[in-house]
Amino acid sequence: MFFRTAWLVLRKDVAIEAKSWEVVTTTLFFAVSCVLIFAFALVKDGRAVGDAAAGILWIAISFSGTLALGRTFERERYSETLRALLLAPAPRAALYAGKLMGMLALLGLAELLLVPLVALLFQASALFSRPLLLAGLLAGGTVGFCAVGTLFAAMLVRARSRDVLLPILLYPIIIPVIIAGVRGTAALLSAPPDEPTAVMWIGVLTAFDIVFLTLALWTFEPLMTE
Amino acid sequence: MRLHRLLIALTLFVLIALPAFALQPPTGQSEFVPVESLPAADQLPAAPLLVTAYAFVWIAVMVYLWSIWRRLNKVEDEMRALAQKAPHR
Amino acid sequence: MRKAFGPIAVLAGVLLVGAPFMVARAPYESTMGLVQKIFYFHVPSWFAMFTAIGVCGVASLIHLFRNNPRADRIAEAAGEVAVLFGLMGLVTGPLWGRKSWGVWWQWDAKLTIALLLEMTFISGILVRKYGGPGSDKLAAAVGIFGLAVTPFVYEAVNIWRTIHPLTSVVPTLPASMGAPFWFCVAAFMLLMVLLLMVRVNLGKRQAALDELYLAYED
Repeated sequence: MFFRTAWLVLRKDVAIEAKSWEVVTTTLFFAVSCVLIFAFALVKDGRAVGDAAAGILWIAISFSGTLALGRTFERERYSETLRALLLAPAPRAALYAGKLMGMLALLGLAELLLVPLVALLFQASALFSRPLLLAGLLAGGTVGFCAVGTLFAAMLVRARSRDVLLPILLYPIIIPVIIAGVRGTAALLSAPPDEPTAVMWIGVLTAFDIVFLTLALWTFEPLMTE
Repeated sequence: MRLHRLLIALTLFVLIALPAFALQPPTGQSEFVPVESLPAADQLPAAPLLVTAYAFVWIAVMVYLWSIWRRLNKVEDEMRALAQKAPHR
Repeated sequence: MRKAFGPIAVLAGVLLVGAPFMVARAPYESTMGLVQKIFYFHVPSWFAMFTAIGVCGVASLIHLFRNNPRADRIAEAAGEVAVLFGLMGLVTGPLWGRKSWGVWWQWDAKLTIALLLEMTFISGILVRKYGGPGSDKLAAAVGIFGLAVTPFVYEAVNIWRTIHPLTSVVPTLPASMGAPFWFCVAAFMLLMVLLLMVRVNLGKRQAALDELYLAYED
């Protein structure tokens, strides 16, 4: 029942999105512009500053993720479908899981675009020398970000000042995830890729993900009961 | 009249600009001179830092207590105002 | 609870007045000298903050799952008190670090996560103020996540080599330093409890006022 509901929620979101591709295209375009802004801000003598590539990648992921979170749930609020979802005889946590999977898919798509772009613009092709480790870092960081972000975006849907409150609430909690992602990516970008450090950071990300996912699944139900 | 205003503006400008020229920092060092260890006068004194730290703790607590007291007074005032209005319903 | 207020206030007052004297009598530390004495206020501030976070987190859990308004008031008060003591820690720390490390701030694990923790609870206060109806539940969620991140602050300095002193410093304090230290810990804990009680009282009065407004509108 749980997985079926989550899958149905995901399918619904994908079906709605497929009509206009609005959220996907605008998020991707925003991610690219984010990278460009940082490219221009951090370039000196025609080359990017040292470890900038790792930081810029993760900043672009978190900024475009924050926007996407807000807009995905705005859609629910606008059509009053959130109430319908909550009234459905399905476990609430399954709704959360479905939304989470949708966000993961969206950010995964953004990352598929962002990683080559960052590698190109910042001469960071070393990113591709250890693709599995990079994938592990990105997966761990994205899951952590989306786990907390989906929960907060859902619970802020009916709050006042929700647009600015989402980053205010979200960033202090997921910055450890971003730090771990950046440090791990920077380790991969160092002159011989520092694999043990990257693996350590993947471990840290996994610990964060387990804690945050568990907390989010547990608290989603009472938070959405209004 | 316009000349008058222009003269005033120029005078003010000169008056303000003069200290800016006079108070410029002295010209930099022309050479470095190494020393074995810092003379005691140049080492960062610890006492001001210590005093600032302790003072901050006390002041923070006082400010917080004051803010609670202010909010409490506001609530009590509103309660009194409401209690006065209620009997006249 | 209210009857305990007076005795606690007196005790806290005595301890806090006596603390500087005890600290002044403590010996100097060999490498850091006079400025190390900030330690006697810096570490107890963080202890008090972690305790306040614990109270806030547990009260948030209770309010989220049991819809208990008293727990909500305690969570709100504990959140504010945590921000206060965190601010003390974040100011006394750099003042100490300026002298002993030469820099005001370092982006090492402990300082970074401590700063994030402070920001998390500030965001909890902001959401209560600007979130509109239902913000008590949102703030409860923030409190719970803040509590989840806290163990990482404490362990961060043990897992990663950082510039910050290790947690093993406290258990291995010699008696001459241990006495003023634990004295200050007791003083700060009592101060925290005191401030918590005062703030909860304010919350109770605000709730009473809200009920009066509701009754008046009927």
